[in-house]
Amino acid sequence: MDWNFIIFSVVKVAVVIGAVLTMVAYAVLAERKISAWIQDRVGPNRCAPPFARYIPFVGTFLTRIGFFQPMADGLKAFLKEDFMPAGVRKVYFWLAPALSIIPAMLVVAVIPFGSQIGAQKMVIADLNVGILYTFGIVSLGVYGIVLAGYAANSKYPFLGGIRSSAQMISYEISMGMSVIPVLLIAGNLNLSRIIGWQTDHGWLILYAPVSFVIFLVSSFAETNRLPFDLPEAETELVGGYHTEYSSMKFALFFLAEYSNMIASSGMMVTLFFGGWTLPFWGLDHPAASLAMGLVQVLVFLAKMLLFMALFIWVRWMFPRFRYDQLMDLGWRRFVPLALANILVTAVILWIKS
Amino acid sequence: MIVNRKPLTFWERLYLPAIAGGLKVTLRHAFGSLFGGKTVTMEYPEQKWTVPADYRGAPYLVKDQDGNTKCVSCQLCEFVCPPKAIRITPPGPAGRIADRPNAEKMPAEFEINMLRCIYCGLCQEVCPEEAIFLLKDYSLTGQSRNEMIYNKEKLLALGGTHGGIQKWKHKLEEAKAQENFPVKI
Repeated sequence: MDWNFIIFSVVKVAVVIGAVLTMVAYAVLAERKISAWIQDRVGPNRCAPPFARYIPFVGTFLTRIGFFQPMADGLKAFLKEDFMPAGVRKVYFWLAPALSIIPAMLVVAVIPFGSQIGAQKMVIADLNVGILYTFGIVSLGVYGIVLAGYAANSKYPFLGGIRSSAQMISYEISMGMSVIPVLLIAGNLNLSRIIGWQTDHGWLILYAPVSFVIFLVSSFAETNRLPFDLPEAETELVGGYHTEYSSMKFALFFLAEYSNMIASSGMMVTLFFGGWTLPFWGLDHPAASLAMGLVQVLVFLAKMLLFMALFIWVRWMFPRFRYDQLMDLGWRRFVPLALANILVTAVILWIKS
Repeated sequence: MIVNRKPLTFWERLYLPAIAGGLKVTLRHAFGSLFGGKTVTMEYPEQKWTVPADYRGAPYLVKDQDGNTKCVSCQLCEFVCPPKAIRITPPGPAGRIADRPNAEKMPAEFEINMLRCIYCGLCQEVCPEEAIFLLKDYSLTGQSRNEMIYNKEKLLALGGTHGGIQKWKHKLEEAKAQENFPVKI
């Protein structure tokens, strides 16, 4: 047993989970703020603890941008009554929120969020089958939603669960196939080595733009975001699969949705946009100093936040797809396109070799 | 007239130009409300809307320009009030005389329950003395039900002064003139 490894892993896990949960809380705030700006509103700007106005210089500003809102939201989620309707299937009802948040958190484990700080690699698990692991875990996420729909014993959550199982399974196929050209080009399944390949040859978005488009759209579908938010279509299904949930159980579904967004943003950054690297200022090689390591973590975070902003931006622009259009797009457009993409990439690589 | 439906062009079927257009519109609005201050939100307690001229707000009692209570406790408003929000206590036979000349009586107490009031304005229409008016107040708050029952003092303070014809003043002058007219000679 290597105690050093265990201690550092635990620290990294704690820090990453803390960071992800904080980002989720502020992603909700960003969602509300950006939606407000897009719709010519001002968004949350009132919530403040009593001491807020004594904070010098920035106190009022923090209140105006809603800095304290996530804390109030979190407190509310904890203090609300955890109501369980009669007639739910209790075991599954309890299990479903956990089953939807655990996969969302697990995916983050393999994403390299920096090169190294000191001697520690900035990734929790540097798996050689990183991408396969990701897809394996992501497909578990559907169980949480399906179970929630089934356990609630109510028609709207049930419809949401059915929709999501069909949707997520369909889009997983095109998502998985869209990554294959990336693997063919980079020649590795390890996410750290894929980043390493990108430092030598340039970002993979230049080599596989079609893959990126398919991956981007599929990840919208996988995270149940608009325009593919059929599992929780508020206008049609009340609240979708989590209609019957309240309090912290509901909050867990919410956290799961946003951690999924974070995870898929991280995956896109890693696979197509060079992860923690930037092609200048020597940021594209593993850091030698502590400061450089921190800067690379910040670079990764910045790239990821851009994708989060895109997720949110797109949500407030698109109407929802109709169910048959969703399936049509998934099966009749993206699957053939992804297959053709694999074929073309393979042929080009074969000719080159 | 027959309008032919044009088949979609390749660009339109590709769907991507429409996405770009949508992103452009939303981005324009986001920047407009972020930096241009083009938000439509009215931040209520700080900013208040302009109340229309003929707005019917809460009913208050008014005084005339000499500072006298106009109400003569006729109780017409109490009778006409559909939700029975008004409650007047008349002075009674042995009650206090009015605080202005030539008025027979004044209300000993005049209460409006603002939780019952529906702002219909019938009290204002029925009042022969022009003593009660629906003013512009629309946001009445209180910490208890009792606090929302406004008494005469409060209603008069909120109502302020309302000028115009002083009916009883003219009656007084007429009466005085009559007393003086032929008999005194």
